[in-house]
Amino acid sequence: MPETHSEPHLQHHFVALEQQQEASTLGMWAFLITEIMFFGGLFTLFTAYVSAYSEAFAEGSRHLDLVLGAVNTVVLIGSSFTMAMAVRSAQLGKRKALLGFLALTTLLGCAFLGIKGIEYAHKFKQRLLPGPAFRVDSPASQHVQLFFSFYFAMTGLHALHMVVGVGLMTWLLFHGWRGRFTPTYFWPVELSGLYWHFVDIVWIFLFPVLYLVARHS
Amino acid sequence: MSTLATARPANYLSVDPGVMSWLLTKDHKRIGILYLVSISVFFLVGAVSAAVIRLSLFTPEGALLHGQAYNKMFSLHGISMIFFFLIPSIPAVLGNFLLPLMIGARDVAFPRLNLLSWYIFVLGGASTLIAATTGGVDTGWTFYTPFSSIYSNTNVTLTAVGVFITGFSSILTGLNFLVTIHKMRAPGLSWSRLPLFVWAHYATSLIMILGTPVVAITLLMVGLERGLGIGLFDPALGGDPILFQHLFWFYSHPAVYIMILPSMGVVSEVIACFSRKRIFGYEFVAGSSLAIAVIGFFVWGHHMFVSGQSVYAGLVFSLLSFLVAIPSGVKVFNWTATLYKGSVAYHAPMLYALGFIGLFTIGGLTGLFLATLGTDVHLTDTYFVVAHFHYIMVGGAITGFMGGLHFWWPKITGWLYPEGWSRAAALLLFVGFNLTFFPQFILGYNGMLRRTYTYPPEFQVLNVMSTAGASILAVGYLIPVIYLLWSLRYGQAAGPNPWGATGLEWTAPSPPPPGNFEKIPVVTEEAYAYSTMETRRA
Repeated sequence: MPETHSEPHLQHHFVALEQQQEASTLGMWAFLITEIMFFGGLFTLFTAYVSAYSEAFAEGSRHLDLVLGAVNTVVLIGSSFTMAMAVRSAQLGKRKALLGFLALTTLLGCAFLGIKGIEYAHKFKQRLLPGPAFRVDSPASQHVQLFFSFYFAMTGLHALHMVVGVGLMTWLLFHGWRGRFTPTYFWPVELSGLYWHFVDIVWIFLFPVLYLVARHS
Repeated sequence: MSTLATARPANYLSVDPGVMSWLLTKDHKRIGILYLVSISVFFLVGAVSAAVIRLSLFTPEGALLHGQAYNKMFSLHGISMIFFFLIPSIPAVLGNFLLPLMIGARDVAFPRLNLLSWYIFVLGGASTLIAATTGGVDTGWTFYTPFSSIYSNTNVTLTAVGVFITGFSSILTGLNFLVTIHKMRAPGLSWSRLPLFVWAHYATSLIMILGTPVVAITLLMVGLERGLGIGLFDPALGGDPILFQHLFWFYSHPAVYIMILPSMGVVSEVIACFSRKRIFGYEFVAGSSLAIAVIGFFVWGHHMFVSGQSVYAGLVFSLLSFLVAIPSGVKVFNWTATLYKGSVAYHAPMLYALGFIGLFTIGGLTGLFLATLGTDVHLTDTYFVVAHFHYIMVGGAITGFMGGLHFWWPKITGWLYPEGWSRAAALLLFVGFNLTFFPQFILGYNGMLRRTYTYPPEFQVLNVMSTAGASILAVGYLIPVIYLLWSLRYGQAAGPNPWGATGLEWTAPSPPPPGNFEKIPVVTEEAYAYSTMETRRA
């Protein structure tokens, strides 16, 4: 396909734009697999401890703010919807819709981080931050502290991924605004979307594991 | 080098030789060279610390180092050799240089990511070196908790951060190779025609992608425990240090295969070339790489037989560990069968490859002793273990690296090295290696513990032998450094295919031009078609 060489987005070491797109897509999926293994280590540890200290972990879980957690879940699922719409708009070449949905996604992502920040501030005030200042009125307070170690490690790591996601959205907004994305070159939007959905799914696991684990017992 | 290169047609070395163009290069070949230089630094660090350890063990009461100073020295040796030399050695240097050439591509799939991975490596390496020079670390390369997370008052955090960072360079390299092998192959180059070096790197990439993130998160948790008191492994909070070992070995056992599989890839190429035969049982050699990668993920518990893990888990891990012997045996037998009735030529790369087969076999068979629950209880934490894994990592992985470096040196630099010296060095390495490490099997079997700076006087003879062997080993490494550098100035021009080898990398000029091939090649035959090559010549 010699005519594809005139394509401005084609990098020199690829033969065709198709090959470049396939490579990028496979690369993103492989990256997401590394992310699953990364979070997987923490989930494995958590599973081991939650079965050993189920009482204390349930108690720790009751200290979490279910309302804010639930609101954040809705916010994040909403952002996944707007992200999917952004990808669709890019595919169809609708620049204005693309920019609108990207902006919405960014906004929802920031809202999530803001709510998370409020939660963190509450925990800090309630002296639930692991360390020497940690105070919980409980016979198994050290195990409750272990629960909060997981809470901060897991949600913190997730929040860090959200920050990266918001950065990606800003980058997409900039290039979308300059009109770089076309129906034949939209995969940066699509792949960023994959990342966004992944971070969303991590939360879909974190929410029940951390917030709901104790609610029925 | 640039003045010499101008006499040759434009190649990746001569085009734009400025420092900035090297530091900003996206050419996989240049990135391979950048890696070669950086891992050489760490090899030097690791080798010097090994020399100090061996000198100190010259006498039973410790000739040079005592207590924590000794602990810091073997930690530095392990950390620099494993994370900063062995794991990146073949993949990041030879893999980077050769994969695109072997599959008929102009570059890896993500050249910018490739350069980024080198910068990440340098950043991680710098952190570790800073940690080493500002007090060092005494946890060993294994960072076992709770010693690493609570009790050690050395530079654990900065070292762990360095290893954590470097892990991402390994992840990115693996990701890049995986996508490159899937999507960048030249027309006609089907999976069943891929060189075995490529298959080995495919299997290695899978381990890098699936394993490295786990050790990354684990070391991050150790760092958080030291820095912020988020104590996931802290026994005072009910945390379980054994869980650290599980997560650590979930990566670090497969990491052994990150080191050895690429070496096996090199050996397959070299054996086929210098036997002038297609590798015997190509499909099985390729498949055994994948089998090792997959089974390797389910054997980590054999590092923990005496840690207090459940006996039943131990039984299963023991059984699964035995299974790794099958694909490993498949490789050894197939290489040997390739030699049978081949016209064998004993060039330096071949000497290294044959040395690999012997040393790897000893390393693998002694691994079975350690996979057996009963004997392992006796041998755990003795020099038997030290000897076993050095047979795999030095006798196997580094011998393979040396073989590969010699085999492709003419392709990489365009110059030939002196034949006689290279053969002598290969033999010297083999002798020095065995003299260093074989006595350690006996020491360990008789109960000498590893990681101790003193030992009972009756072990001195074998320790002196080992130290003497190490000095021969050192000379064996030094000679190639000298003549390889010498060849850059005084070597003969190599021509595109000095060994008469098959493979697309030998169809490109030596050294290759920036885009590798003038026209993307079309592959019409299987790998190692030496018989058709000989017929064509005749």
